Amino acid sequence: MWTAAAIALLVAMMMALARAFLGPSLFDRILAINSFGTKILLLIGVLGFLTERPEFMDIALLYALVNFIGTIAVLKFFRYRNLGLSGPAAGNLENRE
Amino acid sequence: MAPDMVTVIDLVLLALLCATAIAIILVRQLFAVAMLTGAFSMLSAGLLVTLDAVDVAFTEAAVGAGVSTVLLLGTLALTQRRSEETRRRGTAPALLAVILTGCALVYATTDMPGFGDPGAPGFRHVVPEYISGSETDIGVPNIVTSVLASYRGYDTLGEVAVIFTAGIGVLLLLGRRREDEIQDEARRSDSGGEG
Repeated sequence: MWTAAAIALLVAMMMALARAFLGPSLFDRILAINSFGTKILLLIGVLGFLTERPEFMDIALLYALVNFIGTIAVLKFFRYRNLGLSGPAAGNLENRE
Repeated sequence: MAPDMVTVIDLVLLALLCATAIAIILVRQLFAVAMLTGAFSMLSAGLLVTLDAVDVAFTEAAVGAGVSTVLLLGTLALTQRRSEETRRRGTAPALLAVILTGCALVYATTDMPGFGDPGAPGFRHVVPEYISGSETDIGVPNIVTSVLASYRGYDTLGEVAVIFTAGIGVLLLLGRRREDEIQDEARRSDSGGEG
């Protein structure tokens, strides 16, 4: 069963990566990379069960956090075209544009 | 059955890694390239997990996929968004040099000990001492932790110093502009009188 899950995840990873390569718009790419990261961490979890070491779930959880922070940073960059500002200053920048 | 599947996963991950690297070279939109480098780091972290190098995989995921993507985007905000076509002239000698170096490296791998071989020279020098002494010398149940934090404590201290210096450098490069912009904002709102 875990083998089938791993194969399905690998196929899904290939499809997500293909969307990231081709993606006409930036949002396609952002979404593709985000779901690609999710697939990787699912694969790590499945790999842990496949080799009968479920402790790998902890690593997968850390990857989930990193992936989330990365996506937030990318979306923030896309919104404000800058990563340096935060809080009220970022609001000013937004108004100016 | 299970080891076979792990080999398949390794091969597919390596193929995806190659595809991502080629895409990074070909894609001209730098924003997409920054995203793809994140995917590249995620893939390498996954490969490192399959190699049982879990601590390296942690570092790769945090630094490669997390921080460097953010730093690349921050750099992208300061430069232009598309890379220019490079002229493809005089690449043949470079390609030859790369292929020759690659062949030499592949040839050198035949001399390396087998993967995970406990009799490898690297595992015979001090490792048995660490494994037997960790419990009594350090009192930490995790051997990796006792090696990093105690047996090679000075090495780790040096690494922390290097990372701290690099962090200061990045802050000086990327953080400076932020102050300027905030002052600029303040000046503009003072003179303009806009809310």
